[in-house]
Amino acid sequence: MQAADPFADTAPDNGVADAGVAVSHRRHGPKAHMRRLHPLPIRIMHWTNAVAMFIMIGSGWKIYNDEVIFGWLHFPDFLTIGRWAQHGLQWHFLGMWIVVLNGIAYVTYGIATGRFRRMLLPIRWKDLIATISDALRLRLSHQDPTRYNTVQKLLYVGVLAVGVLIVLSGLAIWKPIQFSELLALFSSFQTARLVHFLCMTAIVGFVIVHVALALLVPHTLVAMITGGPVVADETAPQEPTAQLEPTH
Amino acid sequence: MAIRTPSTSIFRPQRGTDQRVLEANRDLVEMINRRNVLRGAVSLGALTFLTGCDVTEADQVQTVLRAVSSWNDRVQQLIFRPNHLAPTYSEAQVVKPPRFNAHYEIDEVSPVDADDWKLELSGRIEDKRPWTAEQIYQLPEQELIIRHICVEGWDYIGQWSGPNLRMFLERVGADLTAKYIAFRCADDYTESLDMATALHPQTILATKYAKEPITDPFGFPLRLRTAVKLGFKNAKWITAIEVTNEFPETYYGKEGFNWYSGI
Repeated sequence: MQAADPFADTAPDNGVADAGVAVSHRRHGPKAHMRRLHPLPIRIMHWTNAVAMFIMIGSGWKIYNDEVIFGWLHFPDFLTIGRWAQHGLQWHFLGMWIVVLNGIAYVTYGIATGRFRRMLLPIRWKDLIATISDALRLRLSHQDPTRYNTVQKLLYVGVLAVGVLIVLSGLAIWKPIQFSELLALFSSFQTARLVHFLCMTAIVGFVIVHVALALLVPHTLVAMITGGPVVADETAPQEPTAQLEPTH
Repeated sequence: MAIRTPSTSIFRPQRGTDQRVLEANRDLVEMINRRNVLRGAVSLGALTFLTGCDVTEADQVQTVLRAVSSWNDRVQQLIFRPNHLAPTYSEAQVVKPPRFNAHYEIDEVSPVDADDWKLELSGRIEDKRPWTAEQIYQLPEQELIIRHICVEGWDYIGQWSGPNLRMFLERVGADLTAKYIAFRCADDYTESLDMATALHPQTILATKYAKEPITDPFGFPLRLRTAVKLGFKNAKWITAIEVTNEFPETYYGKEGFNWYSGI
């Protein structure tokens, strides 16, 4: 199916080699199925989600400020979206469609193409301890963006779970009577509000770490724009490393 | 035109830019320069949001946001379950007095004199004779112990009673197939409901709170109380009810709040 892959022939010119990434289609047999680390749909959904998160968090803080959960916490006005609370609500109820539709597309794609299984699994205790140990000894490798370490896997799986929870708690707050069965899972309206808030806190924490690491290891950021290195699709059988022809 | 010096900002360097950091990270900076596409895209988005206050209020942005809000009205109408009852609570959970909410403070409320007060009826209603408070108090009462949820995010449990709105509309011969029911209030507040909400079993014209006549700040002598809308949809100090097929603009709707605001 190589002929149908628009990226297979452009691999050497994609500029990623400059970033020190050794992965290339040349290491695999000509019959292996090639694709980008981040295929175009993933990149579109990633940046759509980035915009949606910006809208949801900024407008959510505006809404929060109208009736705070913690007396000591008000978000500064310049960090919020919308002139008054009702404009924050307008933005929030626009952003919710982007988040939910994009999220459904992303999860469907991740499951259907096997990307979630390939990139995020397995998560093992042994690997987690090894990753933490490497990190503490400053030996964590950032050269290969095609494989996530166990801490990355845990964070990505975790933020996906938080994403599901923030949508469910949001629905419960939006429709506490029509979806009263859903609200009951959160016990009360104010608990659902608190859960929604805590999920936001977790996502903001994730975004801070995610953006900081992307800036520290810039080729990961470039990969989310250009698509990154071309890798073999592991759904196709792979040749053992020892039989690879040496690259020139 | 006067030339102004830039205002002092915590975001502006006080003593020029230190070039050493730039030299030390030249490779990184060159790499960043290759990201023009991203930079352009992000800057456009950032511009929209950083100047949010002005752009948000611009007519075009409001047009888009209000179009989405109208779309959300329709989605909420589809989600609405006409016979799904809101949870009710025990008398022990009732908060007394209720929590005040209006677009002005509680000490600015002008009380309504029940002797002069009349409920006027208009629109698609057969019997448009006005009602006195006395006549309304003689109607059969329904009691609701339900949660009030404010658009701001707070809530409390209240105990309201008064004639069921559906029963009242049937009694005066209202066209129950009409689309809207609109309320005019003594403080010139306007509010309107979709007919499905007006006919919901937990929608009443409340005259009492915790078995006592409603006090002035909470809508004396007559207010709406429905279990399926946010607090501000519950008009207080009602003076007129209209049944209509023309969309009745509302006080908060004009301010940009979602019209349907179902819960």
